Amino acid sequence: MQMPEPDAQLMARKPELVTRLREVLPDDAVIFEEAETRAYECDALTAYRCPPLAAVLPSNTEEVAAVLRICHEMGVPVVPRGAGTSLAGGSLPTADSLILGVARMNEVLDVDYDNRSIRVQTGRTNLSVSGAVEEEEFFYAPDPSSQLACAIAGNIAMNSGGAHCLKYGVTTNNLLGVTMVTMQGDVIEIGGAHLDAAGYDLLGLICGSEGQLGVVTEATLRILRKPEGARPVLMGYDSNEVAGQVVSDIIKAGVLPVAIEFMDRPCIRATEAFAGAGYPDCEALLIVEVEGSDAEIDEQLGVILQIARKHNPVELRESGSAEESAKIWLGRKSAFGAMGQINDYMCLDGTIPVSQLPYVLRRIGEMSKEYGLDVGNVFHAGDGNMHPLILFDANKPGDLELCEAFGADILRLCVEVGGCLTGEHGVGIEKRDLMVDQFAPDDLEIQMAVKDVFDPAWLLNPAKVFPLEASAERRAA
Amino acid sequence: MKPVSESELSEMIVAAEGPFRVVGGDTRPVGRVVDGDVLSTAQMSGVVDYEPGALTLVAQAGTPVSEIKRRLAAEGQRLPFEPMDHRGLLGTSGEPTIGGVVAANVSGPRRVQAGACRDFLLGVRFVDGMGRVLKNGGRVMKNVTGYDLVKLMAGSRGTLGVLTEVSFKVLPTPPSRAVLLIEGLDDTRAVAAMTRALGSPFEVTGAAHMPVGMDGDPVTMIRIEGFTDSVEYRVGRLRDLLSEFGAITVETDPERTAAGWRWVRDVEAFHERAGDVWRYSVKPSDGPALGEALREMGAVAVLYDWGGGLVWALTPQGADMRPAGLRGHATLVRASEETRARLPVFHPEPLAIQKISQGLRDRFDPKGILNPGLMG
Repeated sequence: MQMPEPDAQLMARKPELVTRLREVLPDDAVIFEEAETRAYECDALTAYRCPPLAAVLPSNTEEVAAVLRICHEMGVPVVPRGAGTSLAGGSLPTADSLILGVARMNEVLDVDYDNRSIRVQTGRTNLSVSGAVEEEEFFYAPDPSSQLACAIAGNIAMNSGGAHCLKYGVTTNNLLGVTMVTMQGDVIEIGGAHLDAAGYDLLGLICGSEGQLGVVTEATLRILRKPEGARPVLMGYDSNEVAGQVVSDIIKAGVLPVAIEFMDRPCIRATEAFAGAGYPDCEALLIVEVEGSDAEIDEQLGVILQIARKHNPVELRESGSAEESAKIWLGRKSAFGAMGQINDYMCLDGTIPVSQLPYVLRRIGEMSKEYGLDVGNVFHAGDGNMHPLILFDANKPGDLELCEAFGADILRLCVEVGGCLTGEHGVGIEKRDLMVDQFAPDDLEIQMAVKDVFDPAWLLNPAKVFPLEASAERRAA
Repeated sequence: MKPVSESELSEMIVAAEGPFRVVGGDTRPVGRVVDGDVLSTAQMSGVVDYEPGALTLVAQAGTPVSEIKRRLAAEGQRLPFEPMDHRGLLGTSGEPTIGGVVAANVSGPRRVQAGACRDFLLGVRFVDGMGRVLKNGGRVMKNVTGYDLVKLMAGSRGTLGVLTEVSFKVLPTPPSRAVLLIEGLDDTRAVAAMTRALGSPFEVTGAAHMPVGMDGDPVTMIRIEGFTDSVEYRVGRLRDLLSEFGAITVETDPERTAAGWRWVRDVEAFHERAGDVWRYSVKPSDGPALGEALREMGAVAVLYDWGGGLVWALTPQGADMRPAGLRGHATLVRASEETRARLPVFHPEPLAIQKISQGLRDRFDPKGILNPGLMG
């Protein structure tokens, strides 16, 4: 992955930048010593690292605006950062850029149960938003697997999803309003606690724009009352085709599970060795979870189990208690850790039409042999959001490049069958150069034209999302 | 002009000298009157792809909504956002198209629980003001590849491009439904009752209040949908939860419940009644005070959907019915051409937002030929 050459002239102006930033921020909010900026050299895509020129940790919207005004005046690129959990390199800095971290902005500003909304500063972590409304039995629905650590700011930037979005939608479906600071330092309010936008849907445009249109400092989020209960069922099948058919039949039967998770044999074996959840050794495993009162759960599971049985499962396990539910989820939740135990891995998140699941899994298996790299699949089957985990050895020269090439081929396959490069992680730098496989030049041009409107100088997170070649002229101007 | 294909549409736009009035079925003429050649998408019609097992449907923009509903119903599925039919309220005729639904981001009572049109829209193809054929999103449920222009196009009313193809996430139609009816509540109590229902775990899919109901008395309606036993269970729980608000009757007849929600969805109470129609989107708890303010300003009738968050008002002709200090926004949905030329139809935007909106129009339609002036 290439990054643009840093601007030496800008780097030479570091002392001036630091002095000006310290005029508008408390001393401890400006980080510029080389040993300390190293903490911001990468996010969860750890293969790529570069310490920034400096980093700032503002405490409120006004401070963010003041920082952006200075950077705009000096022409310093700004890389916004939530909790730094991006798997796509969304907050990877360049040597001439300023990291703007929102981690100190983690206050709950207002909880409004009557209007089913909460207003928070965006540095707050995803899980602690639910935590803030837990006592009244409410929750915030999008639940990325990094939810303990990841910040709402990053969730908004990447339009994060999670295991339960088949029923509850992703971030954009649960975001009601934002306070955003533009690169010029203007503070704008979009949306609020009401349900639909006036004028153009700028809220929808900003969500998922990977920190390239503005820095979101506060957000109004939709909260929901917790369901009375939830219960998973585990089923194992001899083939991916049959498991795919079961998913399709469940959906067609009119049941809307809150989650349908899928694991293939390599992944099942790895998690068994790691977590010992008692999964059957089979080709494909499904975990289907439904919600409601006990009677409602029984009713839905009745339909699901009937379908499951019709397809001759090698295992069918209904949870009878909270412990059994936890055990069913245990393997799935430790899947990434289990794969990481075996080796370094790269996690992709291409999405495909559900009907293409068996074909895509077969092709991935074939490619795995061609590349000589193992791959395990664990993913949200209800919505076709795949998570192939490719294993490689970071210490073996050439293995990372081989793994990246394999990953790129899988993502091209996703696009080829009618899907897309990324379902919930974002493009960042990781999938930037594959954008030409999904989009025609004009499709990219119109997206870049949108950035021109918000950030004409292309200073906000400029080296992300668009292939460097496609954005070169704009970044240079 | 009625192009039959995306490429023909593109050629027409490239060759255009004057502005276009872009329409689907032309059943929702909301906004400032556009003086231009009519450009209709009606001839680009048909379902392109429908996978019931994947809950996805792709259709050309000119496809009649009725055709899409028919196709979905045959598989026991539906458009979850329950799009409103504007014909009765606006006195228009013709065939509403799916492109028109998207262009106006039209949703109905279920929006409060399921989401709006924009929430179920997975992908768009459109031709911009320079004749470029563009696509964004796709036909998969999770997609964060590049900017979400899908949302931007929803509700842009043909001012950023002419939609040619749209794809949706659809959902199964639950086999059973029930409506809890409470009579005689004033607006404040009604919103309190709806708030309690919507804040429960019982998945209310509609919450509306009519200060003057079908039979003349105030009625508050709360809808539950799902499997039969589940609906029955939740009705029981909601009855207990709402008992302090008065006597509750339950309607389960499919035709009567459907008619009742169509009445809410299409604002039938205002059909064939003189006056302008305004639509307000506010924080639900602000609804009753807004209703009161509107009556003081001369509104003849007010009604509430989305648990109080959507307020409709029938008002004297030509009056500016945006109360001072309104939090949320107001749209002048029905009024004479003269009124629509004089009063802003869409809510006036703060300067910074205005600049962004204009900037987007300048990029998508630099010649200013697609519904110019319609949205500002």
